[in-house]
Amino acid sequence: MIRLTNIEKRFGDLTVLKGVTLSVAEGRVTALIGPSGGGKSTLLRCINLLEIPTAGTLRIGQEELSFRDGVPPAWREIQRLRRQTGMVFQNFQLFPHRTAIENVMEGLVTVQKWPHERARERAFALLQKVGMAHKADAWPATLSGGQQQRVAIARALAPSPRVLLCDEPTSALDPELSGEVVEVLGRLADEGTTMVMATHDLRLASRIAHDVVFLEAGQVVEAGSAQALFTQPKHDRTKRFIATLTQQGQHGEGV
Amino acid sequence: MLHWLTLMADSLPSLLWAALVFTIPLTLASFALGLMVGLLSAVIRLFGPAPLAVVVRFYVWIIRGTPLLVQLFLIFYGLPSAGIVLDAFPAALIGFTLNVGAYTSEIIRAVIGSVPKGQWEAAYSIGMNWNQAMRRTILPQAARVAVPPLANSFISLVKDTSLAAAITVPELFQAAQRIVATTYEPLILYVEAALIYLVLSSALSALQLRLERRLGRYGGFLEAKS
Ligand SMILES: Nc1ncnc2c1ncn2[C@@H]1O[C@H](COP(=O)(O)OP(=O)(O)OP(=O)(O)O)[C@@H](O)[C@H]1O
Ligand SMILES: [Mg+2]
Repeated sequence: MIRLTNIEKRFGDLTVLKGVTLSVAEGRVTALIGPSGGGKSTLLRCINLLEIPTAGTLRIGQEELSFRDGVPPAWREIQRLRRQTGMVFQNFQLFPHRTAIENVMEGLVTVQKWPHERARERAFALLQKVGMAHKADAWPATLSGGQQQRVAIARALAPSPRVLLCDEPTSALDPELSGEVVEVLGRLADEGTTMVMATHDLRLASRIAHDVVFLEAGQVVEAGSAQALFTQPKHDRTKRFIATLTQQGQHGEGV
Repeated sequence: MLHWLTLMADSLPSLLWAALVFTIPLTLASFALGLMVGLLSAVIRLFGPAPLAVVVRFYVWIIRGTPLLVQLFLIFYGLPSAGIVLDAFPAALIGFTLNVGAYTSEIIRAVIGSVPKGQWEAAYSIGMNWNQAMRRTILPQAARVAVPPLANSFISLVKDTSLAAAITVPELFQAAQRIVATTYEPLILYVEAALIYLVLSSALSALQLRLERRLGRYGGFLEAKS
């Protein structure tokens, strides 16, 4: 269970998140949708504390942390929450100087101090899961975007996070390559991986999301089950936004 | 001609000895220490508290803005007036270390800054702390880019150690000077000294190339053809 309560984030004078409250149930996939600049990435980064919220409370599993303006939380507190999360970035961000399998092992070996061999076994199993075992010893520079993203997903899963955060995991990929990533994420969703993902990719959202949150200008406009939100949105604003997504989808491109 | 060759052969052992006992240790020690000073300075400028960063900037400004020879004279001949008396070798070591530190701090600052911010975030996202991210993710990538400019500093340093002759360190160049004083053969001896410096810097160039290949083996960059 992840619960955000009144999460606010300001950059200087700009308030990017204006008191966001939402819950994500264990084992469910939540898609964050909404127009560009609406604060989707910022919200995700506030969950793993790459950005420190200006105010509000964040709870992940048993760990909870409250934020107050001008009082940075202790590093240990940040780590305590961050270790509940894994993150998949839009542009992969694999470590270029480590092979695919070393990327996946890195968190286990360096952070969790696993013995090398055991870490290697787990990393290999994860690479198999994302269909990348055959490239275990390849350098990231030699992999396609879709392959890199699948390795990145394995890397994020390695420390067994409670929630996987994905920031537009497919938007740097062409439709074909994004298909293989959607498939991997879909399989994870079916296995009960808790996920929160920002996306403009309707195929991704409709294929795997159980719940959808529509975020605009730093506020939750509407939240509900994917089924309800995609087929009968309550707010006009949501309706119009989904219509634009559908149109783009028909033209075969994401944003 | 034969006379020149015998002169060269006769003087070679003492020149090599001076290189082995003074030039090479001075170069290696001041480069290693200077690299540590440089790394520390770079980290302070990038991540440290503002007042410390100002101190580091001041240090870099002074060292880069004044001649190395003047710095060496200040340390060896000047400091005794302030009650600090140093032997020639330690004085040279301090001078060269400070020099290498100032120049490499700028190199290291630039290469650390050139690693995309997303790499820090990726490291943090798998649970690393600052130290781990720096050591395991940022520095290895920065090192690849740093090799050519750091090799420049290293190679300059080998040659610059000849300035230590001026503060009485009996290194390679001073050994040559001393032999010139008794044989009156400046041309041949200075050519010989120059050749030894050339051999030393060539060895470093070769090392640079190997290091670049090794650190760059993960690909994704343009590489020198030879
Ligand atoms: N580090 C920062 N400093 C200042 N402003 C920022 C920073 N990060 C984000 N912002 C601002 O916050 C707002 C929300 O950005 P965010 O990236 O969260 O939007 P988004 O919904 O993810 O958009 P997109 O769909 O284009 O990815 C934008 O106006 C952006 O300019
Ligand atoms: Mg975004």
